[in-house]
Amino acid sequence: MSAPSSWSAGRRPITIAILAMGGEGGGVLADWIVAVGEQAGYYSQNTSVAGVAQRTGATVYYVELYPRPDDQPAGVRTEPVLSLFPTPGEVDVVIASELMEAGRSVQRGFSTPDRTTLIASTNRVYSMDERLAVGDGRVDSNGLLEAAHAGSRRLIAADFMKLAEDARSVISAALFGALAGSGELPFERAAFEDAIRASGKGVDASLAAFAAGYDAAGRPAPVPLPEPAPAAPGSGPVPITIGRRRPVDPAEEAAAEEERRRDEIARSHPGHLVGPHLQPQAARVAGAFPVAARSMLLHGCVRTAVYQDPAYSDRYLARVARLAAVDPDAEGAAALTTEAARHVALWMTYQDTIHVAQQKIRRRRIEGVRTEAKAAPGQLVNVREYLHPQVEEITDTLPTRLGRWLAGSSLFAKVVGKVTRNGIVVNTTGIIGFTLLWIMARFRPLRPRSLRFGREQVAIDAWLDRAVAAAATDAELAREIVECQRVLKGYGATHHHGQESFGLLMDAVDGLSGRTDAAAELVRLRTAALADEDGTALRAALGPRVVVPARAG
Amino acid sequence: MAERSFAHEVLKLRAGEGTSFSGEGILAVTKALLQSGVAYVGGYQGAPISHLMDVLGDAHEILEELGVYFENSASEATAAAMLAASVSYPLRGAITFKSTVGTNVASDALANLSSGGVTGGALVIVGEDYGEGSSIMQERSHAFAMKSQMWLLDPRPNISAIVDAVEAGFELSEASSTPVMLQLRLRSCHLYGTFTAKDNKRPPMTVTDAIENPQRQLDRIVLPPASFLHEKEKIEDRWPAAVEFIKRRGLNEVLGADTADIGIIVQGGVYNTLNRAMELLGCSDAFGNTEVPVYVMNVTYPVVDEEILDFCAGKRAVLLVEEGQPDYIEQNLNAILRRAGSPVALHGKDLLPVAGEYTAAAVTRGLDAFLQKYLPDVVRSSPSLLMPEDDARSPFAPRVDAAVVRPRPPGLCTGCPERPIFSALKLAEKETGKQHHVSADIGCHLFAINEPFNLGATTMGYGLGSAGAAALNSKDADRRTIAVMGDGGFWHNGLTSGVGNAVFNQNDQLLLVVDNAYSAATGGQDVLSSQADSVLRSTKHPIEKAVRGVGVNWVKTVSNTYKIGALRDVFVKALTTKEAGPKVVVAQSECQLNRQRRVKPQRAKAIKEGKRVVKERFGVDADTCTGDHACIRVSGCPSLTIKANPDPMRTDPVATVLDSCVGCGVCGANAHAASLCPSFYRTDLVYNPTWRDRLLSRMRGGWIGLLTSGVERRAARYEVSL
Repeated sequence: MSAPSSWSAGRRPITIAILAMGGEGGGVLADWIVAVGEQAGYYSQNTSVAGVAQRTGATVYYVELYPRPDDQPAGVRTEPVLSLFPTPGEVDVVIASELMEAGRSVQRGFSTPDRTTLIASTNRVYSMDERLAVGDGRVDSNGLLEAAHAGSRRLIAADFMKLAEDARSVISAALFGALAGSGELPFERAAFEDAIRASGKGVDASLAAFAAGYDAAGRPAPVPLPEPAPAAPGSGPVPITIGRRRPVDPAEEAAAEEERRRDEIARSHPGHLVGPHLQPQAARVAGAFPVAARSMLLHGCVRTAVYQDPAYSDRYLARVARLAAVDPDAEGAAALTTEAARHVALWMTYQDTIHVAQQKIRRRRIEGVRTEAKAAPGQLVNVREYLHPQVEEITDTLPTRLGRWLAGSSLFAKVVGKVTRNGIVVNTTGIIGFTLLWIMARFRPLRPRSLRFGREQVAIDAWLDRAVAAAATDAELAREIVECQRVLKGYGATHHHGQESFGLLMDAVDGLSGRTDAAAELVRLRTAALADEDGTALRAALGPRVVVPARAG
Repeated sequence: MAERSFAHEVLKLRAGEGTSFSGEGILAVTKALLQSGVAYVGGYQGAPISHLMDVLGDAHEILEELGVYFENSASEATAAAMLAASVSYPLRGAITFKSTVGTNVASDALANLSSGGVTGGALVIVGEDYGEGSSIMQERSHAFAMKSQMWLLDPRPNISAIVDAVEAGFELSEASSTPVMLQLRLRSCHLYGTFTAKDNKRPPMTVTDAIENPQRQLDRIVLPPASFLHEKEKIEDRWPAAVEFIKRRGLNEVLGADTADIGIIVQGGVYNTLNRAMELLGCSDAFGNTEVPVYVMNVTYPVVDEEILDFCAGKRAVLLVEEGQPDYIEQNLNAILRRAGSPVALHGKDLLPVAGEYTAAAVTRGLDAFLQKYLPDVVRSSPSLLMPEDDARSPFAPRVDAAVVRPRPPGLCTGCPERPIFSALKLAEKETGKQHHVSADIGCHLFAINEPFNLGATTMGYGLGSAGAAALNSKDADRRTIAVMGDGGFWHNGLTSGVGNAVFNQNDQLLLVVDNAYSAATGGQDVLSSQADSVLRSTKHPIEKAVRGVGVNWVKTVSNTYKIGALRDVFVKALTTKEAGPKVVVAQSECQLNRQRRVKPQRAKAIKEGKRVVKERFGVDADTCTGDHACIRVSGCPSLTIKANPDPMRTDPVATVLDSCVGCGVCGANAHAASLCPSFYRTDLVYNPTWRDRLLSRMRGGWIGLLTSGVERRAARYEVSL
């Protein structure tokens, strides 16, 4: 016998690998494909490694379909010998339920540019380590999209998760639709739909998701963004993490578009972006600040005014003005002013109980909750807050003297501790709960006399003093100092750790000024501060130079 | 209630002679058992054979009709000991479990069974959990077959071949008075295919018949002098009988004989992969028409010397494709060939990987090396996987930055009741200011060793969490150790190996028993302490009662693990109490995977019927969330994730709750117990509200509208909506 290779001559099964996470219905999808194949007379085999992998772990399902020959083949086997493993370089169709899994299929060599039609859902299901980061641990999805393009002969990509959710179904149905729509399998659309009908569960919703997936397969896949241009002048807020591109989150894309639109209005009609009582502030922004920073400044004015009053906005503008005055690129991107506008506002509107209460009772918030819960119009919805006020948070809100006295009282701490040890649940949609929060929000006029307010204003000015001082010689360093506000986040213990880290960073700044790599070094330290919760990474990054003075801001 | 219901598939088990039967490998095996006239079946669940047990459980009606006895054994040891029924009676019996962990547990009974030998066919179906997707240490069942001298069938991954192996296995067992192991690899168990069915067969003798006619054979009992005779008999009688049967029935196959002067020997289970590799290299086709002779060992133990010598005769070289290590078969073949003075060159793990799964890529590479050396002419094509990785045509050419593809290990499901247990344990450690040595066990709770909990130092086996901490018991230490055990492991052996041992040796440990009402990790099978009523089994036996029964005095059962604060307090007490002996905390809440399966249809039905139903889910306020993700670090729930910050001023992503949230309450409880942040809220969606609901809602709406209007009026002075 010296027959030429039947494999390379095309006598081979259609091979399909499905990369999904356990619980996403990858098994159901594989079963549907087998059902379609069987019904068309194909030898159909399906294997998986389920087991523990089903608990949210990455899982591979594999299907082979072999056309039934017209006459019984002469051979040692009466049925084709099908493989149980996807072979790298030999997979015809890869279906990935999520963008990182698409990247994994390329990494494992299942999806290859010479052969594979890659059907990938562009949504992200963030991995555990992306979610755990104190700051932003998300990977560059643009890189994943680039890999999906580079690692496939043909890419079919869309947010199949969204299509499925819109149809109140599951992603496997939408992906099955995309497989049918891809035309890669020699079966009619009706055969696919029959397989769904035969499974008998949630048929109508599945068929709707199938149809949406089918149509999406006919549309071009999203294209990766090009490398970002280095500092486009006057293009509004500068991205914080340079090099990270995330084009495929539609919510983010819409938000970016909205900001672009805002920026234009800010340049031409700044007054349109604030309410009637903030027109003087808008005029001041228009008159005395770099054009590129306007949108952010107007955001800041509104935020500070809602938080306290227009006078507080004036104080805000005065603070940012100190940095605007030393901004070396005021005519251009004005990055220093823009970032100062952002971070000064965020710090000045620190999260205290008064502010949290106000946020909870806003009308748009309750409406947002209803939308998120997919409540039908008019459907009854109750919203319950899980609150855990700490002694410190209460005393912080009180007038300085009373606050200080109560903070020192062990009896007060005991009483509060007893009441709140296991937390309290407040029904915001109830009369008592809402009224409680409403009253708390009404404490706003007392805030400027509170213990914490005084402390924060001193700290803000000290921080800005450092930034302004640095700006005289090193504007980059000044901007990085401004950005250190990012580590001040969270509540309770998390916030406390943030303050400690912030203190360490500011101490480090003093040793950095004058160095040519000062800004880069501060970025490195700040990244370390955001790497974990308790400052271990920061202390390691600081090295033995600093004898750790644990200080709370 | 098992994770998956086979009620629908079970109907297929009634298929009669000549019917085409389609289904998973596991279902086919069940059908094959019934066709073989099996009299009794037992086993212990575990991937990849859990479904076999679940199918049998769902098939109890058919089993009863046929007079087949079936039980869910307490452990693999129980299952193996069950085969004692085949020692003196001509009853065909089959047991099943996950290998190699199950074989480990069963080895005592298996050794005794093999020593005395069997009269009725005894089949041990082992699901080999090896390679990708495996959850256990990587070992081979082959060693167990060799050490107790049981025959090992490793059929090629094809549904018909597997079904045939079941029937042949019984016959081989009877022909050689030896128990037979049928090895099914992970992927074969979940393999979907078709075979032609036969009628089910009522066992010629049922267990009832046996009970009513008790018999015994003294020479089958393992006690000297019989045990010495057994060893002799194994070699002189049973082995030759087995070899004779294997040859006569042609269980092993030779394909493409005389096509070349080299050959390939392969384990049946790896045959499909080998053929694929040969197809890729251009020397076989989809129907197995090979151009290189292949000897398929569907029986991998015993190795039939004559067949090996026949196959190797006149060949220059032979490649053995043997998955896993040690290379038992390779050593065996070398001995056979050497003794016979054969000149053939034997290759194996010199060309193929010594360890690890024999994937299509691994076998193709090894086979290519072999053929290039001895018969390069048959290699007519070169698949891209053989290219160096720096070649752009290689499937492994770097096309994606490794940093953006993160590992995604399995973890606890959304709403898992075990998540709050570990959150509470972490909080208890924070409160006592001490970290502890944590001895982990097998089960979903072992996921706690990973982020975000990072709890657990060792795992020594199923039910051995407590025993794993036995040595770390010191009166001089300033803290005690913590051991974890699931309800599955507890009833498997943990009650005696762990709890009893700790009482007897006055161990000071804190033992946490995770009681989620099922053997959850293996697919949600019932255990003694399950809360559901079962037609087949006796349930609702509390773990606390058992623990007290063996002498533990300090036991606390917490019936709602989602109350993190309360659970934390119990842990603190258990870690600080002065009382001697083990401190046992039984943490109870139903496995959410099973609960949702049970509750979801009920809820949908109630809504449809117009009953008042409240559906809960959690949410995070993006406004108050500062993006520090502390909540994720104490929970790790799949439904609690991040999204882009909707606030244009902030850049870090905020926490968010996905639609998959089942409203278990862990987020809220953590926000409380860990004093996290005020961002969490629970949404209660009310379906079919009562008149009282509606009235209350109207009153609330009026009052809230009144108060908010002022708030919104003030905000409107500063804000604009574009």
